[in-house]
Amino acid sequence: MSLKRKHLLGLEGVSKEEIFEIFEAAQSMKEILQRPIKKVPTLQGVTIANLFFENSTRTRLSFDLAARRLSADVINFTSSGSSISKGETLKDTARNIEAMKIDAVVVRHHASGVPKFLSEVLKSNIINAGDGAHEHPTQGLLDIFTLKEKFGEIKGLRVCLIGDIAHSRVARSNIEGLKTLGAEISICGPATLLPREIESLGVKIFYNLDEALKNADAINVLRIQQERMESERFPTLREYQHLFGITNERLTKLNKKIIVLHPGPINRDVEISADVADGEHSLILDQVENGVAIRMAVLFLICTNKQN
Amino acid sequence: MTKKYILKNGKLIDPKSNRNEVVDILIVDGMIEKISKKISSTKNETEVDLKNKIIAPGFMDMHVHLREPGFEYKETIATGTLSAAHGGFTSVCCMPNTNPAIDSESTLKFIESQSKKCNNGIVDVYSIAAVTKSRSGKGLSPIGELVKAGAVAFTDDGSPVQSAEVMRRALEYVSMFDLPIIQHCEDLDLARGGVMNEGLNSTKLGLPGIPRVAEEINIARDLILAEYTNAKYHVAHISTEKAVELIRDAKKKKIKATCEVTPHHFVMTDDAVLGFDTNTKMNPPLREKKDVAAMIEGLRDGTIDVIATDHAPHSYDEKQLDFLSAPFGIVGLETAIGLTITELLATKILTIEQIIEKFSVNPRRILNREINISEGERANFTFLDLENKWKVEISKFHSKSKNSPFDGKILTGRSIGIFNNGVLFLS
Repeated sequence: MSLKRKHLLGLEGVSKEEIFEIFEAAQSMKEILQRPIKKVPTLQGVTIANLFFENSTRTRLSFDLAARRLSADVINFTSSGSSISKGETLKDTARNIEAMKIDAVVVRHHASGVPKFLSEVLKSNIINAGDGAHEHPTQGLLDIFTLKEKFGEIKGLRVCLIGDIAHSRVARSNIEGLKTLGAEISICGPATLLPREIESLGVKIFYNLDEALKNADAINVLRIQQERMESERFPTLREYQHLFGITNERLTKLNKKIIVLHPGPINRDVEISADVADGEHSLILDQVENGVAIRMAVLFLICTNKQN
Repeated sequence: MTKKYILKNGKLIDPKSNRNEVVDILIVDGMIEKISKKISSTKNETEVDLKNKIIAPGFMDMHVHLREPGFEYKETIATGTLSAAHGGFTSVCCMPNTNPAIDSESTLKFIESQSKKCNNGIVDVYSIAAVTKSRSGKGLSPIGELVKAGAVAFTDDGSPVQSAEVMRRALEYVSMFDLPIIQHCEDLDLARGGVMNEGLNSTKLGLPGIPRVAEEINIARDLILAEYTNAKYHVAHISTEKAVELIRDAKKKKIKATCEVTPHHFVMTDDAVLGFDTNTKMNPPLREKKDVAAMIEGLRDGTIDVIATDHAPHSYDEKQLDFLSAPFGIVGLETAIGLTITELLATKILTIEQIIEKFSVNPRRILNREINISEGERANFTFLDLENKWKVEISKFHSKSKNSPFDGKILTGRSIGIFNNGVLFLS
């Protein structure tokens, strides 16, 4: 069993069959994670470098753990305290690390396209752990995997992505993956945080949250990324919460069970209220658990691809 | 010793004098001695066989970054003018974003003297000087002094004049000398942080976009100011459909507005960015299909006066970065005429006369550096082979930098040589 690709740079162009193959592997990985000894020797002798040029807790830990559960050797690199601050270029840093005999590189970077760039200058397998506002394929996979566990079928499922779509790589990966599997996708957020011509990707746009919720079986609430905003995109957080915040009160009015995802980290009581995040609608912790399984599956399938 | 050349059997096409005929041309000491159906050789002349080739008035690229002084690792006046000579240009106009900026007589004179030393001085280098001191957008540069030193136009280029008041005064002041202000049109507030065209592709790639309105709003404002001040105004490298419309309307109103387009803006769309190739990162960015169509229509109906390259050399390492960090720009001198003949002549969008107007007659008129092709005038020619099929190979570029998205492209038509300042150059 292996993927027919050397890298996972995004979900754009990844086929339904490939996604299901990853899901199948993730299912096996999940079983491993239920065992008392949560470790298999599958990737023994394989060395994986986690290159995180941007802050991350959950994704980095998740990849780190996934690799260790498969018995791979892992080196972790974060940009602070590295030679990046001494002016070394990204290419030099990556090639130097590769020269230490690395098999796969997991990379997170604030600039879109960095994983693609590394795939052109390195020989290793590259796995995108989030690049700019471009893609975050393993997050997209784990979100969709979580939905599939809950609903059994993605085809025809109505999924709404809510909030800061413009700065969200999670949104793009979700849109690509969900589209491939035949979901009905909508997005909802302030007009100033929806990127241009996004409707051409085949998504429906809502500016009214209650209407968006009415038309959805599941929602994926995105974090407001104020640190990425070059200019003011909405007046106040209070107004944002009023117009687009997910609260129990709003969900109760719907008279239906709606599933709530959030890729984290959560701005509690901004885009989502604490009672929703911790409440019955939320699958947020399932996402985190599935995240390790999905990353184990991706590392396994990519690193054991003999065609590499 | 007198140096004599005979250009044999070339087809002289000069839109200015409405000439289109096969002739021989005798050149003595750089001057056109005789143009005639047949000139017999006396063996004292160097003969250049131009059978089935075109003789055009020498091309001028009015938008070139020569990088010297200050950025000699990207390009020098020597390598840039050699690249120009191979591209068929007998003149280039260099942009002032050097270090120091071209905002003083001494920098301008330095460039002039360097250019005379390079490649036997075959390529004339004219300076387009900074309109404000250090291209800061504040305080006019010593414009009168720069005109006297030979500046042909004024611009802050990549740092467009944002203040309407400064722009107004600049237009007024420069109009005293009957020279144009050239503006790289970009409202920096609207464009902030952008690295590619804002549209579906920037959305897909998650890269910050430069909206078309950033260019159009700047053009619209400047056209209003140009009308108000009755000054000459030239828009550098236009890229959007509406930009063409704005200039078309301005010309109808007799505003003294002209504009240029680069080959990449009438050849490529932002689909080329989809692989994150940093050689598709330029400013203004590659736009969309409808914009490319508008460029072509603008060239056809005369709204767009000039084809200029915006030749922007960057070193290999600088472009070997992620898309967000890489600098804007590509080299263009050696591919411009090939791309134009391939995309516009072979497709019958433009005639060869129109192409020569946009490469020679119009830029020379706009910058008051006109040439005439008749006996007694200086010989200043570009020789074209319209049939020659060739493959772009960046490794063979004469420019110091190789940042071009056209590597491997097959083109039809190229320059085979130039003659200027008494020097024959065959590529």
